[in-house]
Parts: sequence; structure tokens; C-alpha cells
Amino acid sequence: MATYRELLAQVKGEIDEIGAADARERTESALFLDVREHDEWDEGAVPGAVHVPRGQLESRIEGLVPDKDRELVVYCSGGSRSAFAAKSLGELGYRNVASLTGGFTDWKRNGYPIETPTTLTPSQRARYSRHLLIPEVGEAGQQKLLSSRVLLIGAGGLGSPASLYLAAAGVGTIGIIDADVVDDSNLQRQIIHSTKRLGEPKVQSAKDTIEALNPDVQVKTYEERLTSENVERILADGWDVIVDGADNFPTRYLVNDASVWNDLPVVHGSIYRFEGQVTVFKPGHGPCYRCLFPTPPPPELAPSCAEGGVLGVLPGIIGSLQANEALKLLLGIGDGLQGRLLLFDALATTVDEVIVKRDASCPVCGESPTITEYIDYVEFCAGPRVTS
Amino acid sequence: MTAIRIPPTLRNEVGGERQVEAHGGSVREVLEDLARRYPALESQLFEDGELATFVNVYLGGEDIRTLDGLDTTVDGLPMILLPAMAGGC
Repeated sequence: MATYRELLAQVKGEIDEIGAADARERTESALFLDVREHDEWDEGAVPGAVHVPRGQLESRIEGLVPDKDRELVVYCSGGSRSAFAAKSLGELGYRNVASLTGGFTDWKRNGYPIETPTTLTPSQRARYSRHLLIPEVGEAGQQKLLSSRVLLIGAGGLGSPASLYLAAAGVGTIGIIDADVVDDSNLQRQIIHSTKRLGEPKVQSAKDTIEALNPDVQVKTYEERLTSENVERILADGWDVIVDGADNFPTRYLVNDASVWNDLPVVHGSIYRFEGQVTVFKPGHGPCYRCLFPTPPPPELAPSCAEGGVLGVLPGIIGSLQANEALKLLLGIGDGLQGRLLLFDALATTVDEVIVKRDASCPVCGESPTITEYIDYVEFCAGPRVTS
Repeated sequence: MTAIRIPPTLRNEVGGERQVEAHGGSVREVLEDLARRYPALESQLFEDGELATFVNVYLGGEDIRTLDGLDTTVDGLPMILLPAMAGGC
């Protein structure tokens, strides 16, 4: 039976090893793989390196590096763990792997660049562990979420599940605009509120629920209706994504125009009875709301949920789809709903999709815009069809 | 026959049906036949003989405004009528 020393010598004989100077020359071409433990990584690493603790290497590497021809430089602190890691990678089919002899210690001694990664605390690591296991999210993605800012229009049916899931996911700052107070008739679907919060401002109720769910999240409340007068002030607080769960057309068109002019993506959701619509409007990358619906319908064709009702679970489904789209936008992963309008029918349990194209003659995002500043949206949505 | 999906806001006009059928070779003919079968729909779909601007019509998943409008040949593709919904409630 071999001793550790003998085993290490044997493994080192079977892999490629390079010194710190050689490794430095490969910083442009190769992916550096840091197989040290979290506490070692926290104190500094090779810039751009991907961190996979040695104990998780075999289970996670194929998700992180699907290309087995990718040039890899593996390092630990002194070159021993990385030697075993390199051997294991070779057995998994990675064909271009080198272990850094002397490890990170030697790299640092040579005065080569290092960076101190921003890291998750142990409690964050536990809280977001299911995200950290997904290669598309991982620690870098979770950091991105924690530094992200999402503005929700409305803390009602759609805003409730959307804000809860975004908060649970660790979106670091959530803004909520809503002027209403919690009412009995909200509680059949607006799951962020509760019976004991009846009569409280919805933004405060939502803030309390989110802070109880996840103390990592800062909630910024706006107890007001979104208007042409306050929209720029609110957007000036700095947001990455808007989740639109408004309950009226004037606000929908206002949100659209503001998002185009401020270059902000909007995750749109709307619901009525058993049916919901979801899409994403990303300025410069597809249509805007006005391309989809150039003219608001007359009031008799656009009853609100208060007039026509809504199945309680429907906003849960549509608002969760909105949260999903928002998270993908923040993480820069997957295929978003830009250019596609998803139609969900809860009664038939069907999902349909229609194509939405940018309209070159759109008055706001088209080639020759005719609307270039905020208008009276209530008047615009009342339209010429309304007569006394 | 073209199958036409009716949005919830227009279902009262078609006896509560989620989907109905109508004849015609073009989108215009199908919608006119639809309005003949369900006269209450006419004022909701047409303004001065043209499709109301607040109603979107999709044929095979494509907005007819990006095809040939009301002159688009239906070709047996399913049709969806879709007005905007505001509700986030």
C-alpha cells in the first residue's frame, strides 16, 4: 500500500505541471480553476478564476466547464490538491489540464496579480445553497442578484408573488410603488399581505413580509401612484429591471414610455378571470408595449379584476413567471420572453405564445417617434371613443 | 373553417364560448362571417369597416399587422383575438 507521499509522487508523474511563470502566460487563454476551500478563496485568488472546492470538483465540473477541450490551469495553495484534481479531471475526459506547481503561494510570491473576491457570508452560503449548486447561477450569479435592484409597480396580485420570489432569491434591493391599503378583498390572492395587516399601506405590509423572509433585502417603498410627475424621481433611484403589475392602462403606458426613455427592461404581466399574459419589453432589443397594444381598449372591453374577478391562484402563476423573467434578465441567462407574448389559460391549462415585433412606426420606440415626453395618460386612455 | 380563440372580455358576445369557428379565405372574410354569426361582436371588432386598433388578431401566432392585415390568407391557421388586459390586481 502506498503512503501519501508515494501516491502524490505517482500522481504528479501522470499529469502536466507548470510553474507560476508559465501559468501567468496562460492567463488569457486558459480557465483557472481554484480548488481550495472557501476560507482560502476568500483571502484572494487569481483574477478571473473559477472556484470549485476540491471535494465538489467531480460533481460540479461538467456543469461549470462543459467543453472538455478547454485549456485548464488548476491550482490550490501548494500544488498537491491541484495535482489530484488534475488527475481526476483527466479521468473525466478533460484533455488540456495543467496543475500549478507551488500553487497560489508561489503565484503570490512572484508578485503576480491577485484579487480578493467579494464573497458570501456563511449564512448567505447556507440560504442560497440551492442557487450556488446551479452552474448558471453559482456564487458569481448570487453576488449579482444581491447587488441587483428591481422596481415593482404594484404590491397587488402580481406584485405579491413576484416580490416574494425575488426577495427569497436574494435580489438585494426591491422598490415597491403602491398607494393603496390592504383590504379584505385583496387577501384571496395577494399573498404578501395578511389579515392582521388590514388597513395598513400595502407598501409597508409588503416591506414587513419581505424583511421577515430575507434580511439581505433592502425594501424601498413609494406610497404613491406612479404619475408623469413622480416617475423620473423614482427611476432616478437606480433600477435594473421593472416588474409591471399595474392595474390600469394609464400606468401601463406611462411605465412603457418611461422604460424606453430610461433604457430599462420591463417584465410585463396582466391577468383577468382565468387568463394571463406575460412578456418582456427590452428597449433596443424588441418591441415595446405600444408596439404590442398601440391603443388601449375602451373601458367596456377592459374591465378590471374588481369588476370582472380573477381566480386567486392566477396571479401566483403569472407573477411567478414574471419573477422568473426578471431573474434571468438580472443573471443574463436563458432565453427571455422578449418578442413573445405568453398566454396562459388556467381553465383549460394551456400555454400559447404569439410573436410580438417591434413596430418601426411606434410613436415611442419607432424610427421617428412622435411622443417624446410624458403625456396625460389618463386622457390618452380615456380616448376619443368615450362620450357622455 | 377557422378556429377563433375569443378573449374573456368578448365571450358574452359569443354565448360564453372560449373558441368559435367561422368561414372565409382571408382574415377579413373570417371576421365578417364571425360578426354575422355573433352580431354583438361587430361593434367590438370593427371601427368604420376597419379592424379596431385596440384588437390584436394573431394568425398562426403572428400579428396580422405584420402580415397582410385583413387581406392575409387564413390557410386553415388558428386565429386568436386579443385585446390588451390591464389587470395586475
